[in-house]
Amino acid sequence: MRTHLVLSFALIALGATACARQAQSAPAPQTPAQTTATQTPATRASGGPGAFSVPNADPFPSTYQPFPARATLIRNATIMTAAGPTLRGTSILLQNGKIAAIGTNVAAPADAVVLDGTNKFVTPGIIDDHSHLGVYSAPGTSGNSDGNEATNPVTAYVWAEHSVWPQDPQFPRNLAGGVTTLQVLPGSANLIGGRSVVLKVVPARTVQGMKFPGAKYGLKMACGENPKRVYENRGPSTRMGNVAGYRTAWINAEAYRRRWDKWNADHQGDPPSRDLNNETLAEVLRGNIYVHNHCYRADEMAQMIDIANEFGYKIRSFHHGVEAYKIADLLARDSISASVWADWGAFKMEAIDAVKANAALVHHAGARTIIHSDDPSGSQRLNQEAAKAMYAGRDVGVTVTEDEAIKWITANPAWALGLQDRIGTLEVGKNADVVLWSGDPFSVYSRTEKVWIDGALMFDRSDPAERWRTDFELGFVPELRLPGGSR
Amino acid sequence: MRPLTLGSIALLCATPLIVGAQTVAITGGRVYTMTGAPIDNGTVILRDGRVAEVGANVAVPAGAQRIDATGKIVTPGFINSATELGLVDIGLERDTRDQSARGKDNIAAAFTVWEGFNPASVYLAPARNEGITTVVIAPSGGIIAGQAAVVDLVKGSISDMLVRAPVAMIADVADHQNNGPSARGELLVRLRELLEDTRAYSRRKADYERAATRDFAASRLDLEAMIPVVEGREPLVVAADRASDIEAALRIAREYNLKLIIAGGAEGWLVADKLAAAHVPVFTGAMSNIPSSFSTLGSYQENAAQLKRAGVDVVLIGDAGTGDAETFNVRNLKQEAGNAVAYGMSWDDALRAVTIVPARVLGIGDRYGSLEAGKVANVVVWSGDPFEFSSRAEHVFVRGTEIGTPSRQDMLEQRYRTLPPDYRKPQ
Repeated sequence: MRTHLVLSFALIALGATACARQAQSAPAPQTPAQTTATQTPATRASGGPGAFSVPNADPFPSTYQPFPARATLIRNATIMTAAGPTLRGTSILLQNGKIAAIGTNVAAPADAVVLDGTNKFVTPGIIDDHSHLGVYSAPGTSGNSDGNEATNPVTAYVWAEHSVWPQDPQFPRNLAGGVTTLQVLPGSANLIGGRSVVLKVVPARTVQGMKFPGAKYGLKMACGENPKRVYENRGPSTRMGNVAGYRTAWINAEAYRRRWDKWNADHQGDPPSRDLNNETLAEVLRGNIYVHNHCYRADEMAQMIDIANEFGYKIRSFHHGVEAYKIADLLARDSISASVWADWGAFKMEAIDAVKANAALVHHAGARTIIHSDDPSGSQRLNQEAAKAMYAGRDVGVTVTEDEAIKWITANPAWALGLQDRIGTLEVGKNADVVLWSGDPFSVYSRTEKVWIDGALMFDRSDPAERWRTDFELGFVPELRLPGGSR
Repeated sequence: MRPLTLGSIALLCATPLIVGAQTVAITGGRVYTMTGAPIDNGTVILRDGRVAEVGANVAVPAGAQRIDATGKIVTPGFINSATELGLVDIGLERDTRDQSARGKDNIAAAFTVWEGFNPASVYLAPARNEGITTVVIAPSGGIIAGQAAVVDLVKGSISDMLVRAPVAMIADVADHQNNGPSARGELLVRLRELLEDTRAYSRRKADYERAATRDFAASRLDLEAMIPVVEGREPLVVAADRASDIEAALRIAREYNLKLIIAGGAEGWLVADKLAAAHVPVFTGAMSNIPSSFSTLGSYQENAAQLKRAGVDVVLIGDAGTGDAETFNVRNLKQEAGNAVAYGMSWDDALRAVTIVPARVLGIGDRYGSLEAGKVANVVVWSGDPFEFSSRAEHVFVRGTEIGTPSRQDMLEQRYRTLPPDYRKPQ
């Protein structure tokens, strides 16, 4: 428990080790076609004599399979679709892993589970586009500290998935908070921290078993104080040093991309040498990996936009962006989303201008707004965080409806991950990632009751016996059993 | 020379400066007095910084400022009992961190943290504007971190703001790895040694002044500061999370007749009966359920409710964040209370856990924590259920005065409400 009474040392330690809050990371995995090389039989990675590996061939493919599911009909619920107005007294049918029907008159298939949604709310599964679950696992021991490869300011060569511990006990708690999809990022110690991975919040023996099939990778970049502090003695030690570091990396990546693109086109001679760092950066330049940029200050975000323009890549989302409200017009202009907190700030110089209306002001300016967590506790309560941010807007005269605010934790992060066609809204044909709430998710008193992923019931508060417990929890974590059973 | 006694400071601070001269009548609201049933359509009269009258049929004095609270909720100001407000402004900037003393061998009992308090901190207004009127400011770090104080979030100097100082001595057995000793048992030995030496010093001050005693484990000022603790007059707040650490604290408190309070108490539910039997209050939150260390493996959001059910006095504090939870987000106490309700505590008990219970545990229950004639007029008018995100603290009175100063954040929001901003326009 983190009371202030035991906090000061932790905070100092943060400064040194760049934990989640001080350090951040970038986004998500991919599998779809990247370079043309992957489609060329002559260059297929196969191993063995005479073969050679190729860049970006999805060497750690997802093995995720949806869990067994029964058709499920939730009747007479209040449905926040994140795609339009809230539907009252409406039914929703989950079938074959998809949302099969939404309406006031939906018939239950013969074998369907039928649930009464009276006085309950239904939302899409919550999506957190900024998580460090699995890379900063609980307990937060040095043995579990795998989120920052803080040995070099540019580590585009590391992939977050290679740090993810599927037995992190934070995963089931996240699921219980309604979170169905996570982007796990490297930390923010580095200018370029490495690849993120998009995970489904499901039990699995391997990270491959959690990987969201077909999701793109992300690249974590970080501005400002964290890299500067971590590399104070070897550089970069200033913000101008940071910028020189990004540009140098992109200049090298450009040359690498040209060499490989040429070879992929003509296959003349031996292929160029592979370089893990530049492979990832080149994929960003080709548009196959999204940039997720940890950046607090408005002026730095504007500079990062210029750098992106110089090298011809797009920034998918600024993360933390406590000053996003100051440049919300620029974000709207360039279709860059802002992944922000509701009310964190003050913990370092670049965070002092945090305001509670940040999300609402960004939304009001027409930019895509996301409430993210960067925190295993906040991630479980993104509905509460969104509620605080929504009402803070109303306090300054910016009315954000619940129908809009629900998108901050569903449809908009889905877009940031490039998964907007598959998750993030309740529309027929979308993946059946669904949360049933005891009441309005923007009330402090509401709790998740059930959570489905691809139509499979993955969390049921009324059934503690079937609760997902990680290997770590067995024996280590004492079980709280309440009278009546449910928790 | 007579040793300096810090007790004199406490005496000086014991009476709050009365600042509110205006008479205020809050009418029509549902009034939670905390000492009886809620009063519908109640009236609360504030005069000279005190609550003058509370009731359903109270006449509004002529000339009183009227606040129409029809349809609204009136409560005592919330008390956040574990903060670093005014001690830490910007966590990573050492220049603004004054919560941890260097001490001597991880003991800093003499550290009077409030003397370094910053009344100009820009983080007081965000807390006050959201209904926090009174806070405990506590030191941290070391086996004995120092002495905490209670302050009202009024304007003025620390002398004006102090309600009670010291209010408690802060100890930490939850973090032995960072507190000097390298094992739990060693930390407890150090704590016992300090308690023993305080007793010896207290009995033999004259010998001590003649250098006729053995060496003690702490400095003169530290021993002096510990005397009210070993005499059971000043509570010892012990930060402890693991059940066995809580039990160790209970053991030591029993052996030395200490007035113990547990802070953190993540695994308190495992030893709830023992805490209740020993009448030891617990400061804890309701938003922590992660086994984030090996001391907090049994963390559950239901902890607060389970402790309460067992008969423990529960004081709700923030524990969902890290550094900023104690400065920028001192205001989120209401979210903690709402979550406590969602996880099993009754709504009334949650409200008590941020008002009258902390007031009593902190020894200021005669003046704070309820709406009764004669009490200090710390009062909040909420637009609705105080724990709900949709509710706002519409009027916040501290010692009878509504301060209502815009926070720095309010100014920034105004400035950037339309883009680009006009930097020459006064906010």
